[in-house]
Parts: sequence; structure tokens; C-alpha cells
Amino acid sequence: MTDVLTITDLGISFATDAGAVRAVDGVTLRVAPGEVLAIVGESGSGKTVTAKTILGLLPETATASGAVILSSKDGSSESNVIALSTAQLRQVRGTDVSMVFQEPSTALNPVFTVGWQIMEGIRAHGQFSRKEARKKAIEILGRVGIPDAETRVDYYPHQFSGGQKQRVVIAMALVLDPGLIVADEPTTALDVTVQAEILDLLRRCRDEFGTAIVLITHNMGVVADLADRVAVMYQGKVVEEADAQTLFRSPQNDYTKKLLAAVPHVGQGVVHAAARATARAAGWEQQAPVVVADQLRIEYPGRLGRSGFTAVDGVSFLIRPGEVLGLVGESGSGKTTIGRAIAGLTRVTGGSLTVMGHEMNGFKERAFRKFRSDIGFVFQDPASSFNPLLTIADCVAEPLVVHGRAKNAAHARPRVNELLEAVQLPRAYGDRYPHELSGGQRQRASLARALALEPPLLIADEPTSALDVSVQARVLELFAELQREFGFAALFISHDLAVVDLVADRIAVLYRGKLVEEGTSAEVLGAPKDPYTQRLLASLPVPDPAEQALRREGLRRLREAG
Amino acid sequence: MSDATVISARQKRSVWSRLPVVHQLRQSIGLQRGMLVAGLVITTLFVLTAIFAPVLAPYGFSQLRDADGAFGAQQPPGGAHPLGTTVSGYDVLSRVLWGAQTALFVIIVAVLLSIFAGVFLGLVSGYFGGWLDRILVVVSDAVYAFPSLLLAIVMSIVISGGKSNLIGGVLAAAISITVVFIPQYFRVIRAETVRIKAEAYVESARVLGAGSGRIMFRHVFRNATRTLPLIFTLNSSEAILTLAGLGFLGFGIEPTAASEWGYDLNKALSDVTSGIWWTSLFPGLAIVLVVLGITLVGESLNDLADPRLRGRRAVGQSAGIVAQTSVVPGGTLVAGPGGLGGLEGTATHPTEGLEDRP
Repeated sequence: MTDVLTITDLGISFATDAGAVRAVDGVTLRVAPGEVLAIVGESGSGKTVTAKTILGLLPETATASGAVILSSKDGSSESNVIALSTAQLRQVRGTDVSMVFQEPSTALNPVFTVGWQIMEGIRAHGQFSRKEARKKAIEILGRVGIPDAETRVDYYPHQFSGGQKQRVVIAMALVLDPGLIVADEPTTALDVTVQAEILDLLRRCRDEFGTAIVLITHNMGVVADLADRVAVMYQGKVVEEADAQTLFRSPQNDYTKKLLAAVPHVGQGVVHAAARATARAAGWEQQAPVVVADQLRIEYPGRLGRSGFTAVDGVSFLIRPGEVLGLVGESGSGKTTIGRAIAGLTRVTGGSLTVMGHEMNGFKERAFRKFRSDIGFVFQDPASSFNPLLTIADCVAEPLVVHGRAKNAAHARPRVNELLEAVQLPRAYGDRYPHELSGGQRQRASLARALALEPPLLIADEPTSALDVSVQARVLELFAELQREFGFAALFISHDLAVVDLVADRIAVLYRGKLVEEGTSAEVLGAPKDPYTQRLLASLPVPDPAEQALRREGLRRLREAG
Repeated sequence: MSDATVISARQKRSVWSRLPVVHQLRQSIGLQRGMLVAGLVITTLFVLTAIFAPVLAPYGFSQLRDADGAFGAQQPPGGAHPLGTTVSGYDVLSRVLWGAQTALFVIIVAVLLSIFAGVFLGLVSGYFGGWLDRILVVVSDAVYAFPSLLLAIVMSIVISGGKSNLIGGVLAAAISITVVFIPQYFRVIRAETVRIKAEAYVESARVLGAGSGRIMFRHVFRNATRTLPLIFTLNSSEAILTLAGLGFLGFGIEPTAASEWGYDLNKALSDVTSGIWWTSLFPGLAIVLVVLGITLVGESLNDLADPRLRGRRAVGQSAGIVAQTSVVPGGTLVAGPGGLGGLEGTATHPTEGLEDRP
């Protein structure tokens, strides 16, 4: 049987302000019917551009060369996507190839019902009456696992959860029974437990519908879970292509090896944590904790006439000096709110939160300002946490100037240079502007700024979630190293158990604003007691196809039991 | 690329080509560049005329006679008066040239006054919010609801009783325009401030313990005022139109105080029906040309500031170099602060281009 997709020597260039930039360079790929091909790579490696070419979705500034041959599912027709006119492209899209987008909440139009949006796709291709289209829409919603599809076909997107929205998007892609689905980071915006369900659904797409899938992702765990074959892209080229088993067992290319080595595994950090625990002085447990939360409650006020939203509900924990507490939870679990409350960015509405002996419930900004030098904060998105008009040196000097340790940025420069070197950035980078640094470099500068005053407490809010795997590994190593050196206590917030495991002494798991489990890394990750933690741990895909198959089975049993 | 060349390349860029208009001029191509250049040429001509009006104009703006006696009213173009004379006996060419000076003066005063007040109010209102914000927004909305010319008329009557000398007349015109423009600057800056207030770098400054004044002026102010050159140019042309409108309706500057195009047009109204075209055509043309020039500059700057509207040179088939993506993956951290050779070498990060903000 012929391949559904053959890409031959594809090259794509973009016109930018700085001249032409080549995003994809001589890529040759093929996808057999019913096969899942994963294209992995870091941001900027050209994987998304390659995927968009398959649907003819390149922006006007792009020029493509080479051939992208797409066959229909029954093999009756073939077309070269690059050469097609707009009208011909419309014929191909939906029937031969369709797409699943990264962010389900923006891929659906909020003012139409999901049924209408699915029917729109059906009626754009071929003659269907309203009734037939609706029947098809209900059928496909049922098949992607939306319960009670007859009623919910008339629901609006906001009435579905994130995972269900992604199911609807997949249903839209499947409804015309295309031979190929391009899934661009289909699970990146979703929580780990939901991700596992969506991956199951995609696997069913392949098995039940016989659809081939091109999966674009940066998550090696997802690749191991779903892919039959893997193509690794780096700087616009495919550097390695192999079936999943072979690639994970014996990667050939140096880049692939490094990429795989950089992926954090659960269990890696337990050894470090144990070593740190034994190295502590005897009376360590008796020291006054840096942060004490006692039945902490944080509510966001509701609109007029509506009750507020409780983000954090009766959470108690403490952080001792020099200890790293990892806070794990899904989106909306209240983990970021807790971090912001400790830094005084969000008001505490109930219970007690003591930071450095200062009660945060009902705090006054003026009284708290002098304590701010004792708290460092690392933000999630390195792109937006620097003032774009100040140089890196000015940004790092800011805390020193604000707290009167230096008269101005120029006076603080020697200290800034020390700090930059501590986070392993060359001194000369201090003269650059934030946009001239890569994400990982910016996040390191962000660490330098947070540590400028040598605070006893550091709050890191998802510091690596915006970074690529390889960069993430370096930043995490650096974090651990700096923690050893400066000995600060830290609250490390992340949604990724494997990341938290690498740096944390103790782990606290949040679920819907409540603390469900807390203990040392070995306790929480080795033998989780709470069913939610168990499910969270089991949902985390590991970068090893064989092991992942076993874990998948375990997760299925866990779900059936729960 | 060595570190030294990276730095020097950046500095070279920062001095010359990062200047507001020069940067856009280098960035533009094709039709957009043509529009920008045409606008810049007209605007420069206008400014030069305004500055050198005393040298360029053959007579003074209120001169009715020279050594040979009175000019005479409604003289056709030719001879001593290349563009003829008006019904009151002024030289049209001189009036048009001197009018540029008045127009430039009014633009500068009006825009300066409204920028300072508007930007400050917008910054304070957006940053602190609360009742002050609500009151200011309501007031600016109320000002918006008035037709701007009507408001300007009311203001000019309030300020000068409708008639005045040069300084008074120009100020009256400028202040009445200011009242109309303050809400525009206020709104733009307030919206930007509200957006920037939620950015991570402002929060990070708050976490560091910086005071409100420092945050407002060091972190918010410069980021919020990036769009000002655009509004500035677009408002300048509106200022000219408002001034001309005021003059046309008779609320402008007396002919003996300064030359004003709108006033001349008003006086030329009755000439049109009697076939005297030169008294209305030239002041009218002057208004059209200046407004066109400034609007061209403003609109092309606006288009160039938006990456989606900005035209770029088409690229050949798969031309260009592959962009470096990230630092070497998984590199060890064994190299201490001293051994950073690897880092410096691989850091070919966009010193220009890809992530550059307008």
C-alpha cells in the first residue's frame, strides 16, 4: 500500500527583518497508513513549520521548495501540497489531512456550539443535509469519548473541560475520516492526567479509524507512549530517523543522545535528596522555619452577586532554612497562588501564613517592603520577566539599587558581574538587552537577579516550563548547584513531577486547592499513599517505549480500580 | 563570531539606525518606503518653510503696501505678486509662506501641552486605578462625546473671547486643540499602563520591593510610551485641520497678528463665485499638502510598527541560513565561572532580527 505522505527534500525560508532565514532544510520523510510518526526537536528546529506545510498553512512570508505528496486514504488520488491552489487545498484539507491544534481553548470558536463547528467541516465537503451532518457530528463525538453526545452536541466550548475540548478538536479532525492527522503538540497545554487520556484517544484513532498521525512534540515521554517511528529534527534538518524502540534503546546521533540524556526521570533526584538530608547538622529540625502556612486559605473575590473562588483551601506546610520544598499540582490547583502569597503579590484571606516571622494575613505593603530583600522570585516566563528596555546588568542591579546596597546600576556592576558568573553567563552579557538572550540564558539571568541580595528564601514559579528539555536540564543543574552554594530555602513550583524530583528535598502535592500529600521525595514518589498522587505519578509518561507500555497498563488498572 | 564584534554591532545599531524614523526608513521597502519618503519630504519642506518664512516670503504677512504704494485688492497672479493678492490687499504668496510658521507653532504648542498632561494622567490613572481612574475615564469619555471642533470653538471663546494678538491667538488655538487631544493620549497611555502593570517584569520589580514611583517611571513609563510617535504624527495633522477649521469659522488669529490659512480661506469665500481662484486655491493647497505629508509619515510608521503589515523583501527558493536554535544541549556544568569558552562561542543569538520588538 502506498504511503499517505511523502515529503521529499523540503526546504522552507522565511523573509524576516534580518533577511532570509531558513527554517527547514532538505527534510525527507514518509508516513505509512496507520502509522504514528513523531517529529521531535527543540523550539526553532523547524518541526512545526514542517507540519504546517503538510496542510498548506504556511504564512505569506514563507517560500517552500521540494515536494509534499499527499495521498487520499483509499489511495485513489495524489497531490503535491506545495503546488496546489487555494481552492484545491481546501478540497484536500479535512478529507485527506486534518489538524489537531495545541491549545484546544483557542482552536474552538467560543460563539458557536461544538456541533455547529463539526457540521461546518462536514458540510464544506460534499452534499449533506443538516440532519445527516448532525447525526455524523453526534456519532463522532460519541466515538471520541464525549459522554451523552446527543445533548452535548449543542453545548458551547466553554461548557467543556480542557481535556474534553481537545477531544472535540480531535473529533473535528476525524469526522471526514482523513488518512492523516497532523497533531501539533496536542497535549502540551493539558495536565498530565488529561494528557494520558488524550494519548489513549489518539492511539484509538490509529487503531479504530486506521488514521496515520504526524505527532509534533518536544516531550520524549509522549513520543515513547504513542509513536511507531521517530524523526529527530535539529536546526531545520532531520538528524535521525528510526522506529521508536530502536531510537530510545540505541540512539545513533550525538544530538539525539544528548536530548535523551537531558530528559528528567522520576527517581533521579532521590539520591541527591538523601545525601543532602544526611549532610545536615543535628539540630537542623529545631531551627525556626522560614515559611509556616497554617490552614492557609486564599479566595479570589467573585463578581457582584457571585461567591468568590477559593484557590487555596486549608493548606498547611512549612519550609525550614536551606530546604527545597517542591510544590506539585495541575493547573488550577492553587500552587502559583501560594507562591504569590508568600511573595506578597496575592492577599491571604484566611488562616495564617508566616514568612520570616512576618504574618502575611492582612499585611501592609509598606511594613513588608523591608522584608522583600529576603525573598527572591523567579518567574515562569523568562521572555516577559525582564524590562525590555533595560540591559541585563541594569535588571540584575535593580534589587541592589532598590534596597540601597548600591547607588546606581553602574556602582553595582562589580557585584552584577560576580552574579552573572555565578549563574554561568559571561560578564559581557550584562551589556545586552533581554531579547538578545535565549530563553535559558534569560532564565539564568533571572536567577542572578533573584539571588542578588542573597535572600534566605527563593520562590521559583515553574522556572523551567517555558524552556526546552536540554536547556531545562542545565537550568535545573544550575539551580541545584546554587542552592548548595548559597544555602537558601526554596519553594519550587512545578507541574512536572520529574523536575521537582530533581531539586526538591520534600514534595507537597496540591489538588484543587487542598494539600493531598506531603513527604520526602522518596516517600511521595516511591510509595504514594493518596490515590490522586498515584494517578499523577502513573500518568507521567517515561521516555522508554517498553517501560511506558507497562506503565500504561498500570494506569489503566488504577483507573478501573478508582 | 567573537564577543567583541557582537557588542560593537549592537552599539552601532543603537546609535544611528535605532533612531525612530531612520530605523523605520531602513526597515521599509517598496510602496511603504515610497509613502514614508514622500511624507518625510513634504513634512521637511513644511518645517523648512516655517523656519525660513521671513527669508522666503517677499513681503510681511500683514503688509499692504511697499515703496511703490498699495498692492491693490484681488490682483491676479503675476508681476510683483506671483500668486496675486487677496480681497484685503495682502500678498497671497507671503500669506501662504508665513502661514506655515503659524501652523508649526500651533502644532508644537498643542502637542507638547497635550502630551505632557495626557501621558502623566494616563500613567497615574492606569497604574493606581481606583476612583481616580474611574473619574478620569468618565471625564475623557465625556470630552470624546463632543465634536472636537465645537469643543475647540468653546475653548477659544473662553480663552480669548474669540479675538486676540499673535501669542494669545496661537495659544488659544493650541489650548483648544490640547483639550481635545489630552483624552487621546490619556487613553492610549492608560491602556498600555494597565497591560504593562500585569507583565512579569513589573511584578518582579514589586517583589524586589521597589516603590510605586520607581516602578512607574523606570519600568512602566518608557514601555508605555513606545507608540507615542505614531499618535504624535497623526495628531499633528489633525491639529492643523482643527486650526484651519477654527480660522475658517472666524475664531482664529487676526490677519494683523499672524497669517493663518483657515482665515484666508474664509475671506476668499466670496471670491470663488466671482472667478477669483488664486485667493482660495493656494492656502487650501497648503493645508492639503501639509496634512497629506504628516499623515503619510504617520500611517507608514504605523504600518511599519506592526510586523503583520510590514512588507519584506521576497526571498528566493529556500535561501538564507538556518537559524541557530539553542545552546548546546546537555552540556556539562563542570566548567566553572572561568571556563566559559564554549558558552561564548555558541551564543549566536539573534543580535538582530527574530525576536526584535518594534
